Amino acid sequence: MTAERVTVLNLYPGHMNVYGDRGNMLTLRRRLEWRGYEVDAVDHHPGDVLPDSPDIVVGGGGQDAAQALVQPDLLEHGARLREWAESGTPMLMVCGLFQLFGHHTYTVAGSALPGLGILDVTTDAGGGRLVGNTVTVSEEFGPLIGFENHAGRTRLGPGVNPLGKVPRGQGNNGTDGLEGAHYKNVIGTYLHGPVLPKNPRLADHLIQVAVDRRFGPTELAPLDDSAVDDARASALARRR
Amino acid sequence: MLGFRYSPAIAVGKLLRIALRLRGGGSALPGLVTEFFAPNLLSKVLGQLPRGVILVTGTNGKTTTTKILVELLSAHGLTVISNPSGSNYSRGILSALLGSVDMRGRLDADIAVLEIDEAHAVSFVRVIQPKVSLLLNVMRDQMDRYGEMDRTTQMLHKVAVATRDVLVVNFADPRLGSADFLRDVTARVSGFGISDRLRHLYAVDDELTSEVDEAPAAEAASPATVLEEVGTTSVVSFGGRTHEFQLPLDGFYNQVNGVAAVAACRAVLGDSFEPKRGLAALPSIVPAFGRGETLVVDGEEVQLVLVKNPGGFRVVMAAFEHSNVSTMIALNDNDADGRDVSWIWDVDFSPLGEGVDVVTGTRAHDLRLRLNYDEIPCSVVEPNPARALREFLARNPGERKRIYCTYTAMLAVRRILRLEALGEVA
Ligand SMILES: [Zn+2]
Repeated sequence: MTAERVTVLNLYPGHMNVYGDRGNMLTLRRRLEWRGYEVDAVDHHPGDVLPDSPDIVVGGGGQDAAQALVQPDLLEHGARLREWAESGTPMLMVCGLFQLFGHHTYTVAGSALPGLGILDVTTDAGGGRLVGNTVTVSEEFGPLIGFENHAGRTRLGPGVNPLGKVPRGQGNNGTDGLEGAHYKNVIGTYLHGPVLPKNPRLADHLIQVAVDRRFGPTELAPLDDSAVDDARASALARRR
Repeated sequence: MLGFRYSPAIAVGKLLRIALRLRGGGSALPGLVTEFFAPNLLSKVLGQLPRGVILVTGTNGKTTTTKILVELLSAHGLTVISNPSGSNYSRGILSALLGSVDMRGRLDADIAVLEIDEAHAVSFVRVIQPKVSLLLNVMRDQMDRYGEMDRTTQMLHKVAVATRDVLVVNFADPRLGSADFLRDVTARVSGFGISDRLRHLYAVDDELTSEVDEAPAAEAASPATVLEEVGTTSVVSFGGRTHEFQLPLDGFYNQVNGVAAVAACRAVLGDSFEPKRGLAALPSIVPAFGRGETLVVDGEEVQLVLVKNPGGFRVVMAAFEHSNVSTMIALNDNDADGRDVSWIWDVDFSPLGEGVDVVTGTRAHDLRLRLNYDEIPCSVVEPNPARALREFLARNPGERKRIYCTYTAMLAVRRILRLEALGEVA
């Protein structure tokens, strides 16, 4: 019997991967492989053709210039991505691609850079970067441990829920105490660290939705997460 | 001639310097004080050097390259002053120079070779125009403090534009060798590089993710000084000929540093560069602090390797033999290390596939988690460096030992080992 295959689409890994976002892809791969799935990791670069129907889509943060560089290609594929999002494909968009999944973000020069509008969020340039270790409290996923580092200030519209709550001075904009965005199975967040390795509940949520959709209701085998538990405990104990 | 105008400031600085020396340990304080009393002293002092100022900057390899370049120039009979590692900003440089100036601010030297980090280099060149600048590479380094690689490239571009005579640039680095980077440079450009055959050994950050978008640079010109072969004896080519040299520092990247220094030395000396004389100075080079130095502790050889960023980590791992070597990794997230340790996810740890003996530091648990996701066994997790070292030294007696450390972890490990070290080799 051949193993069941799961396709993970990685958006712009050449341009949108600062602050170790590569670790999100690796975490999904390992947590699938450890449960016996075979993983097809598909990197999408500007100019490439999108795969037919990926099971999970991930994207990371990038430098300002890189963001403007991938934006035309992203908009070109907007219809497909929106269709996937609406039909429930699990997606994780971190930092730069979180912003581009909203209505607009901004360019280095200060003008608005249109995004996909899949998430009802808008991002504007802000004074000073929001940088540091953070813990987001999510009702669905528990405490999410990460490191944020962004200049953009993101505000949520009525069509989207926050991913969680943070102390003021952190999160989407430093003022409203909210972090990230959640719409259907699309999650946007500013959490690097990267976010998935240390937050396996979030990683397994993406995996659970993906395998349920592909293979029907599935019970995910538990994994030995002692290394994760230790890393989480240590981060929570010395957060600053 | 500066006359005695600066004498009071120099005197205060010198006295402070001596006082602090007696207390042990250098400091930027004397420079700070002197700068306060005589703000343009640095440019006045450096401005009198007959052969000017050579600036060395870039993300990785500054200290080692500076050291090699000083040796190469000294071998040609020049009196060279340099700043000790770590003092790579103007006050630290001034502190270092105070030891070499007389009360009139005269420097008994021909030339200064200064390593300056990227951010400080920009303010440095506003005051002092380097005669030659050596730009080593742009890699990810503590991005939560310095911003992004594009910004680092822009900083180095300002240095390039401010350079007077010769810009020596790494053509193997896709950002620095590009036509765009070199567009408005007025100095003569002289590149160094590596042969196509060795290309696979050279890690550029873009390749850590996947594609390099811009055509790998250097279409503008070909490098004048090229690393052709590496080994116990390495080979460099320039002026249409190949030359053998021996640089007893571990790792491919150090051979590249050696070639960078040769390129800069050629830029400084022009026709009076003597390959034989210069290259003969290389075999006696010893590793700089934390760059592969070896300590002997309880009869065990322990090699210390500083790692600061994914590019650097990947390069050093590729350089070393890993069989029959015990490995420890020390990861801290203090300000001087960079508080964001996300970068460890950009390091491919598979060269350590046999396993890591001990992980330590404030982020020991993150490191173990990282290794776990690369399916690399890790025996001991001990955040406390003293206990971790004791454990590490007790394991696998007689086997070579190597410790990769971030900056403050290196200081801690070194302090502990020094207390126990019987002596130092190489
Ligand atoms: Zn970010």
